[in-house]
Amino acid sequence: MKLTLRVWRQKNADAPGTMATYEVDGISQDMSFLEMLDTLNEDLILRGEDPVAFDHDCREGICGACSLVINGDAHGPERTTTCQLHMRSFADGDTIDVEPWRAAAFPVVKDLVVDRGAFDRIIQAGGYITAPTGSAPEAHATAVPKAAADHAFEHAECIGCGACVAACPNGSAMLFTSAKVNHLGVLPQGSPERETRVLDMVARMDEEGFGGCTLTGECATACPKGIPLPSIAAMNKEWLRATRKAKR
Amino acid sequence: MALATRTDRRPSITRTLWDSTVGKKTVMAVSGLIMLAYLVVHMLGNVKVFFGADEFNAYGHWLRHMGEPFLHSHWGLWAARIVLLASVVAHAVSAYQLSRRDIKARPVKYAHKRRRAGYATRTMRWGGVIVGLFIVWHILDLTTLTVNERAWAGHPYENVLATFSTWYGNTIYIVAMAAVALHVRHGFWSAAQTLGVGNARRDKALKFLANALALVLFAGFVSVPVAVMTGVVS
Ligand code: HEM
Ligand code: FES
Repeated sequence: MKLTLRVWRQKNADAPGTMATYEVDGISQDMSFLEMLDTLNEDLILRGEDPVAFDHDCREGICGACSLVINGDAHGPERTTTCQLHMRSFADGDTIDVEPWRAAAFPVVKDLVVDRGAFDRIIQAGGYITAPTGSAPEAHATAVPKAAADHAFEHAECIGCGACVAACPNGSAMLFTSAKVNHLGVLPQGSPERETRVLDMVARMDEEGFGGCTLTGECATACPKGIPLPSIAAMNKEWLRATRKAKR
Repeated sequence: MALATRTDRRPSITRTLWDSTVGKKTVMAVSGLIMLAYLVVHMLGNVKVFFGADEFNAYGHWLRHMGEPFLHSHWGLWAARIVLLASVVAHAVSAYQLSRRDIKARPVKYAHKRRRAGYATRTMRWGGVIVGLFIVWHILDLTTLTVNERAWAGHPYENVLATFSTWYGNTIYIVAMAAVALHVRHGFWSAAQTLGVGNARRDKALKFLANALALVLFAGFVSVPVAVMTGVVS
């Protein structure tokens, strides 16, 4: 396959950026999108140019590091992560636009790499449980109802990639935050911090400069892990409940 | 080692609500639902126009004397007006502040444009502004009668006919009702999500209810100018 790429190039956080056009040839349909970018970077390095910086780590769809907006869609046209997107989703001769996540809370570091530290700080604000240290506890010591386990597991799938923020017209982190609030809130292990968790995480989310939710649903459509939109309503419910109780 | 004891206190509920994006949405949802309930009642009152001038004017008269003899004349009406004014102000201020924040949170647009992203959000913002302007016009037209060219104080039936006998009266009204219907369509369902009532199981029912409310409000309100234009009401 031969492709035309229009890629966001930006030297550093302060430099202005532009969309630069590149041609890549010899792309196999079986390559992942990131392998296609590797091919472009090899060319660039051989030509003595600066390779395109992009985030990646596991390349198997579990770490959440990869983060590209491809033709306007976070993680591109398939419902998966960029690393699991294959070139067979494109046609020979296509022009593909590649941009970084866009949100005030995710500043561009270089090219396609953004700083997602804001997510870490939301997690630090309450995305944890209090657990005794030492040897692993007996798995059946705390009974977890099946429905709660399923609900928690569905939300534990969030890999914190930030596609929800990238897709949201308001740059809102509600879906991400709701994933963790739903995940830990229904488990007995998470119940001691049930109120403080949601209050502190939502407060942190606001402080980081994410926008509010207008329920357009773009986030849930973009989510590679299928965190559903109603999770936001469930978090709102938790937040209102915690506000009424307002206990430490 | 002992952990430090946290002594800082949570701010008051009012502060928590107003300072949070989730809380401000709650303010919008509650004020929006108050206005929505009012619109349903208002629409039911309006269709009394089909039963003639006497019934409609008597109804208008009753509005001013609601709650008598317990309440003094106009007190009931003013109570309703105060609740509505508070709702409109709370709703519009929250909408403005949240929208400002949302726009700031996404300062750089994508070079590759997609069609539908943010359609509902934009419709809510523009629709809301249209509804807000209409509320001002509507009060000047049929409450204070300032802009109504053939105004006759105390005769709402005749004033309604006067409004809907001008092309601009009809146009403004019908456009505004379309905006209201679209606003209610997304707004009612949104309010359910904001208040935590929505979930996957109820989603279809809530969307159906939102569409039904929007449609019934639109049909009810617009039936009046249509009836005047076609001479059914004269
Ligand atoms: C002063 C004029 C108005 C303005 C500027 C306005 C603006 C807005 C905006 C921007 C939203 C947010 C949409 C979103 O976040 O997705 C909204 C939501 C809403 N509006 Fe209005 N609106 C106005 C009048 C009304 C009226 C008259 C009603 C009554 C039917 C109403 C009912 C609602 C409801 C129920 C919501 C949903 C709240 C939520 O998302 O939880 N609005 N409005
Ligand atoms: S690189 Fe780990 S999810 Fe894509």
